[in-house]
Amino acid sequence: MRDETAVILENTAIAPDIFRMVLRCTMEEEVHCGQFVQVQVPGYFLRRPISVCECIDGTMTLVYRAAGDGTREMSRMKEGDEVQIFGPLGNGFPLEKKDVILIGGGVGVPPLVETAKAYRSFGRNVTVCLGFASKEAVILQERFEQLGCNVLIATMDGSAGTKGTVIDALREEGIEEGFVLACGPLPMLKAVSEKYHDGYISLEERMACGMGACMGCVIPDQEGNAMRICKDGPVFAIGKAVL
Amino acid sequence: MDLSVKLPGLNLKNPIIPASGCFGYGREFAELYDLSRLGGIAIKSATPKERYGNPTPRIAETPMGMLNAIGLQNHGVDWIAENELPWLAQFDTEIIANVAGAVEEDYVEVIRRLNESDVVKAYELNISCPNVRHGGIGLGTDPALAAKVTRMAKEAATKPVYVKLTPNVTDITAIAKAVEEAGADGLVLINTLLGMRMDLKTARPLLANTTGGLSGPAIKPVAVRMVYQCAKAVKIPIIGVGGITTAEDVLEFLYAGASAVEVGAANFRDPYVCLKIIDELPAVLAKYGNTSVQEAIGKGLV
Repeated sequence: MRDETAVILENTAIAPDIFRMVLRCTMEEEVHCGQFVQVQVPGYFLRRPISVCECIDGTMTLVYRAAGDGTREMSRMKEGDEVQIFGPLGNGFPLEKKDVILIGGGVGVPPLVETAKAYRSFGRNVTVCLGFASKEAVILQERFEQLGCNVLIATMDGSAGTKGTVIDALREEGIEEGFVLACGPLPMLKAVSEKYHDGYISLEERMACGMGACMGCVIPDQEGNAMRICKDGPVFAIGKAVL
Repeated sequence: MDLSVKLPGLNLKNPIIPASGCFGYGREFAELYDLSRLGGIAIKSATPKERYGNPTPRIAETPMGMLNAIGLQNHGVDWIAENELPWLAQFDTEIIANVAGAVEEDYVEVIRRLNESDVVKAYELNISCPNVRHGGIGLGTDPALAAKVTRMAKEAATKPVYVKLTPNVTDITAIAKAVEEAGADGLVLINTLLGMRMDLKTARPLLANTTGGLSGPAIKPVAVRMVYQCAKAVKIPIIGVGGITTAEDVLEFLYAGASAVEVGAANFRDPYVCLKIIDELPAVLAKYGNTSVQEAIGKGLV
């Protein structure tokens, strides 16, 4: 956990409102899959918490959605610009010696790339099920295929893969149980948590400090205790957090 | 250069104190730097019993600032006394315990419990939190009620009592004078300004609590103005807080009459900001012709 001045090597659109920023930095060596960094966008007071997609040879890739003014401004930052990043933050996904089903929805897909790499690196079978609104919104499919994952796609409008949700796509393939790691919108995580009981989900929330001090991003556990999504999470065992 | 400041109960090696609620109990920041570098630490509010706080979203960004509606989340004073204060004892810095409650008796209860601790050097009465329904700001906006809780706190306390004031009042000097009269050893000002944001997608307030407290550089001019007004109205020392992000900001507060400062929301933007300010303060003081922090205090009062 430290602050670093990174250099932007690439910042390009890869789907409508979705951008890939590649940074040259040294922090990448410390990143565990599923962790995030706080990105300082010039002109904005708080930093943007963005999950790490992938780390390769002194570079860190962030894939993010331009959801508001701050991330829109982030998407306008140029190759060669310096950007302040603080991290890596959060606990990340656990690495268990098991075959794994990675489930991602929309901009929840990116942190699963580094996770898939980790599981492939110790020879596990990795099934990846990705859900999007439409074919145009599909991201990172080829990257998972390059890593040797079995990739399923679901789109709400049926323009690519299974028509419907990630749950529909998994059902179509007969994948009714297994060890899952999931990241995506809350309705998807609720559906995943109802269907699968062995695994972990990664949550998001509006954050200020990103390091566990401000109590801005809490979620209750089953006993009503506050857990900090930024510090105790963002990854929690299925059933631990009250969604 | 001499950065030290002596205040009731507090021997500050420098005038930089992370503000309550913006620094937890220091554990997360201790992973980044030695907390002994700090003049002091105002730890997160303690209430008699554990509080979960408000639902989320609790945070919203604003132009040059942010809104928060945490709602005094804490484990309760017993837990803090047993778990956080012994850990903080390892650092050579002055611990200020922020005390909160719903009714006056809550403040007395928390103070009685913390009197036993050697680690706590002074109290900061939070009668200014905008995010709890009862108490807090209800006590801080009425001079008579503010004076009453101050008097009760002073009777119970074995350490100096600072009172943290809300800016959400018509005349902050009336509150400042009332708590001085009631025996306060010092003032801390300002707490956050009450604000809100709307979510355009849902046409609902962005914060689950509807309203929240505005902090960050956006409120600095309000804070400087109120420190200045109160410095002219009372004789007790003032700890200034509100939107500080640089050593130049600190000097503004010192000139306006503050004897020390607290740094709040800036810690969220740059977790090293307090260290940077401490490192830069001597040069900034010298640049404007000051030979010590002490010399700068109140220099701008006219």
